[in-house]
Order: sequence, then C-alpha cells, then structure tokens
Amino acid sequence: MEFQVIWFILWGLLWAVYFALDGFDFGAGILYPFIGKDEISKKAIIHAIGPVWNGNEVWLITAGGATFAAFPTTYAYMFSYLYTPLLIILFALILRGVAIEFRPKALTEGERKLWDVGIFIGSVVPAFLFGVAFGNIFIGLPFDDKGYYGALFSLINPYGIVVGLLFLFTFIVHGGIWVSLRSSNELSANSSKMAIRFWYLALIFAVVFLILTAFYTNLYNNFIKLPHWFLVPATAVFALILTGYYLKKNKNLRAFVSSTIFILALIFSGVIGLYPNLIPSSIDAKYSLTIFNSSSSPYTLKIMTIVVILFVPVVIFYQAWAYKTFSYKITKEKLSEEEY
Amino acid sequence: MDTVLLSRLQFAATAAFHFIFVPLTLGLSLLIAYMETKYVRTGDREYLRMAKFWGRLFVINFALGVVTGITMEFQFGMNWAEYSRYVGDIFGSPLAIEATVAFFLESTFLGVWIFGWNRISPKLHALAISLVAIATNLSALWILIANGWMQNPVGYVINQGRAEMVDFWAVVTNPYGLLKFAHTVLSGWVVAGFFVLGVSAYHLLKRNETEFFKKCMKIGAVFALISSILVVAVGDFHAKEVSHTQPTKLAAMESVWETTKNAPMYLILIPDPANEKNAIEAIKIPSLLSILAGKEEIKGLKEFPSSERPPVMLTFLSFRVMVILGFLFIILAVWTVIKLKKIEHSQTLLRLLLWSIPLPYIAGQVGWIVAEVGRQPWIVYGLLKTADAVSKAVEPSQVLASLIGFTLFYGALGLVDVYLLAKYARRGPDPKEV
Repeated sequence: MEFQVIWFILWGLLWAVYFALDGFDFGAGILYPFIGKDEISKKAIIHAIGPVWNGNEVWLITAGGATFAAFPTTYAYMFSYLYTPLLIILFALILRGVAIEFRPKALTEGERKLWDVGIFIGSVVPAFLFGVAFGNIFIGLPFDDKGYYGALFSLINPYGIVVGLLFLFTFIVHGGIWVSLRSSNELSANSSKMAIRFWYLALIFAVVFLILTAFYTNLYNNFIKLPHWFLVPATAVFALILTGYYLKKNKNLRAFVSSTIFILALIFSGVIGLYPNLIPSSIDAKYSLTIFNSSSSPYTLKIMTIVVILFVPVVIFYQAWAYKTFSYKITKEKLSEEEY
Repeated sequence: MDTVLLSRLQFAATAAFHFIFVPLTLGLSLLIAYMETKYVRTGDREYLRMAKFWGRLFVINFALGVVTGITMEFQFGMNWAEYSRYVGDIFGSPLAIEATVAFFLESTFLGVWIFGWNRISPKLHALAISLVAIATNLSALWILIANGWMQNPVGYVINQGRAEMVDFWAVVTNPYGLLKFAHTVLSGWVVAGFFVLGVSAYHLLKRNETEFFKKCMKIGAVFALISSILVVAVGDFHAKEVSHTQPTKLAAMESVWETTKNAPMYLILIPDPANEKNAIEAIKIPSLLSILAGKEEIKGLKEFPSSERPPVMLTFLSFRVMVILGFLFIILAVWTVIKLKKIEHSQTLLRLLLWSIPLPYIAGQVGWIVAEVGRQPWIVYGLLKTADAVSKAVEPSQVLASLIGFTLFYGALGLVDVYLLAKYARRGPDPKEV
C-alpha cells in the first residue's frame, strides 16, 4: 500500500478517535448546567471528565500535527480557508480548558458561576462548529489554483448546519451516557434521561444527513463504485439504533460502546466518501487537494510511519490504564475524600 | 496594515503569552517530582505538603500553558499557509512527534496526578508527576528542533518549490536546535528556581511557616544556582553557533557595522541604525567579541544588503538585557546559597528575591526576541522570507479582528491566572496534620 493511503487512513482514524473521546467531554460540558443541579452533582460531572479531557484533546493536536506532517499543503489551505470558524473553535477550546481547571480553584460564588458558563460555551461551540467545518469539507470549498473565494457566510449553509447539529446531538448523547456511567443515583438517572431525549434528535438528524448528503456532496460516488464499503455507514446506523435500544434497557456500558462505534463509523463513512480527496474543490474537481497532490515526500511519510508504530501503541496502553484507574463510580462519599 | 505585519504581531503576541506559562512548567514540574519522590523515599510528610502546595500553583499555571499551545499549532496553518506548505515536509514531523511522544504523556499523567491522590499508591503518584516533568521537558526538545530548523536549515533539498527532508537524523541532531533546547529549558528552570525563592521569601518576610519555607528555599536555591550558571554557559556555546550560522543575527546582537578582525566589545554602546554606525562606543575590551563568538573575523552588517538585515536596535537591546539579567541571577543565587542557614534574618535579600520573580520571565521573553526578531527578514534563515510566508486567503481585516480578539481574551485570562496564582501562593501550604 502506498504511504499516502496509509496516512489517509491514519488521518481519518485520528479525527475519529478524537471525536469518540473528546465528544463525551463536550457532551458532559453541554449537559453540565442542566444536570448539575447542585454543587455536589457539578463536582461529580467535573470529576467524570476532569482526569481525561486533556489527554483526549491531545488527539486533536495530533490530528492537526499529522495533517501538517503528512499532508502539508492540505494543512496550509484547510486552516487558512477555515480561518474564522477555526479561530472561534480555538477560543472555545481555550475557554473550556481554563474553565474545567479553574472552577475547582475558584474562591467565590461569582467565579464559580463564571466558570460554569465557560464550561458550557466552551463545549457547545466546538461540538457544533466541528460539524459545520466537516460538513463544508464534505461539500468542498470554493477554491481553484488562484485562491479561495469563500467567506464566513458561505460556510453557513443548510448542509453545514445539519452536520453541525448531528455532531452536537451525537456528542450530547455520548456525554450523557458517560456521565451516567461514572456517576450514581439521581445524577446518573438524569443524565441517562437526557441521553435518551437527545438520541431521538441524533437519529432524526442522522437520517436527514444521509438524505442531504446525496444532494449536496459527492460522497456516495465511492460507495456506488465499491458497494462493500456501504458496510461502514450501515454499521454507523446500526450502532446508533443500538445506542438507543441499550439506553432504554438501562444497559449503559453497552450503550456507550455503541455510541463510540457510531462516532467512529460516522467519521469513517465521511472519510471513505472523500477518498482520495482531503478537501474537494467545489469549483472544479481538478483543483481538489488529494492525498497524492498534497502529501509529504515518501521519505517523511516513512519516518512518520515508524514513529506511529513505535509510540502510538504505548500511548494507547497508558491512556487505557488511566481510563481504568478512573472508571470507579463517583459517589458522594468518594467526592468527600477529594480536595475538590 | 497588511496581512504580513498583522500576522507577525499576532504570532509575537500569542507566542510571548504562551511563553509566560511554559518556562515555569518546565522547572516546577521537576521540583515537585523531586519533593514527592523524597516523600515516598523518606516518609517525611513535610515533603508531601510541599508537593501539594507547589503542585496547586503548578496546575494553575499549567492550564494556560496548555490551552495557549493549541493556538500555536493552529496558527501555522491559519496565518502562515505559504510557510506551512513550503516547510511542512520537514517542520510538521517534529510537531507531530511532539504531540505523540510528549503531549499525550504530559496530559494523561497530569490528569492522573491531579485526580489520583486517593486512587493510586503514593509510589505511582510520584511516578505520575515525574512522567509529567519528563514529558514537559521532552516537548520542549521537539518544538525547539522544529524551531532550530527555521534558524539553521539542515538535511533538506528544494524540490518542486518546497523544502523536502532527506536526512531526519540531521534535522534531529541539528546543533542549533539542540543548543537552543538546552538554553531554553535551562532558562525555564531559572524561572522556576526564582519563583520558588520569591514565593518562599514572601512567607519568610511574613514569618509564616518559617521551617517549611526555609526547606523550600534550600531546594529552590540549589536549583536556581545550578541552572543559572548552566544557562549562561550554554548561552555562550549558543552564541558561537549563531556566529557561524547566522552572521546577520550576531552582528545585530552586538551592533557591529564594519567587518572587524579581533573584534573588541564595548561595555557602553549606543547603536545608530539610521546612519549605519554606533553613536557611542566606550570602555573597549580588546578582542573580547571575537573570543566570545569563537571567530576571528566578525562580519559587519554593512556586508549584507539592508533588505537582509534584522532590526538592529530591538535585537541589540534585547540581547543586552538578557545577558545582564543572566549574570544577575547567578549573583542572586550565590548570595542566597551563602545566606541560606539564617536567611529569615536577611530582610534585604528576601525582599530582593520577592521582587525578582518577574526578572527570569523578562529574560526569557527578550531571549526569544533575539532569536526571532534577529532572524528577520527570514522566516527560514536564508531560504524563505517572512513576507512570502503568509496566508494568501486571509484578509487583513480577519487578522486584525483575531489580533484584537486574542489581545482581549488573553489579557483577561492572564489577569485571572495571576490573580489565582497570587491568592494560592499567599495562602501557603495546608496546615500541618497533628
């Protein structure tokens, strides 16, 4: 297999893992003001994501770094064409990180309220805007060999908004299940209830997304050419249905596994549809940035492949260990042992 | 104002802000790892209190270091698309490696450390902060290898209008990058050493927890002394490297206009860039510049067309301030070590140490000005000019808006961070268990 193809798969995988992990942090942060009804439940939600959110966010930094290293031309143009939405995502992510870390250190009620708002805004904005950005990449961006003709408003189109909402509702479901798994009693029940409610919305928007994709994008072409790949979006749909099924049966661990598979399969469906493009040009396909015309040299890709083989398994190993360490049920008694 | 100037301002502002938080992280993580390891080894709970007290300050500081770091990675693509396209084949790799080998380790184990006090054994807990310390310093290695390549490009060929890597080992062992790594990391240790000294001095002046803070001061003083001597020593090697690879930067650092053999150094010197000469040169030390630069002949700025010279005044002044501060730190550290036994009675020294907290930060900032302004007009020395590196798809109005946004947002975050740091530093450690 060519290195470009390997790196295309890795590129998709990094984004997919990022959304599967940080997605539940976003969801927990969005639900935070609604299910965090008192100080104890707020503290419990922060404890549910506190030990892991930062490690999860590094998958985004790695996805960005991998795009830079493997497909520098795509990195250069993707980030400069999407300047303003990325800037807003950046501000929101900064706000979220600071809010999660500083709320436990807040000294007054006013400071705590401020960080509460920060956690919500810092979670809801990137959840939605990442969807809008990916929706627009699926459509393609208006550029040719002379430059870019888009603007902020050209990104706000019905399809982009649908993908944005699909991401948003998916992450809320994902985060709701996570909080429910990690917490106990009323908080666990409430977040489970929220997850079910938003699951209906996620399902509706998944259907709308599947239909609109046929009209707005060329993603289906690859699947029509090689129908066995339809297995991936089929897995996504099946996993989403299972998520709701298990949620209603109160089997939340299974529901969480299902929603994780849904996110992975959803991102991969998009990635397969894009191949071999990284950013299609909506003006003419001949200007599209593909994995072949925007990649690094074979030498660099080889070096980076060795780095991945050596280090990523180690990362997965200790991150899994960290998850295991923090898989205990957060109870009132356990929280009382904590400094915060 | 055009996109180039606005993008430069924005990069300077966001990088300088990021580098307010990084240096303390580099050194303080090591000190906390030392304290907690000492607790595990001896069972002395004073060290545990220490690790907890400095750890709280570490976490407050760390949060802003991390979140402002994401901006740096995104900005290469957002504002410097032509740069990213041109160098991505080489520059992207260390960035991706930094995330893979350092950021994951750092963030995962910091989470474990903050939330793991009651969840894992004391030994594992001490290991967690040690891994954070290693990872933090390791991340500096990779980002400075990347920066080192911009200063002194090696191991590449130019192919189809971009730089392509042909020798990864040459990029990783680029002496410029490695010296810069050592110099930068040590400067961060100096920041942490003087931070510990300054905060401890505050409490000693207040006669609060005297025994506790005397112990902290001992650790801080030794650390500050070793790192402030080493940072100057490495700085000397680094300057020799600069004199060979970046003659225009060296000439600007010392404001040398005419090519001179056995170049002297002037203790008092005022540059006059408009007339391409120095307004005042006094107290001459013969041959000193040539000796320090490790080169008999120092090339003057006039050897180079004015379009290829960096801004002289800013580079020159920043370098002088950095060097003066560097020697001041050694004096302060030596003085502290000598007085250590009865330091609570040395009111003047304690006050000096308290007021000195900001100085290593300033030294780090002006050091980066020498490195980055001194490289101008090049973004990649000798290969690509800064003016050709900017994003073409981005309008000046967009950058102006984001620059204003960053200034306001970062300004507010900076205030909050300093407020929290001061609050928790003043509060002191948890009361002793009875």
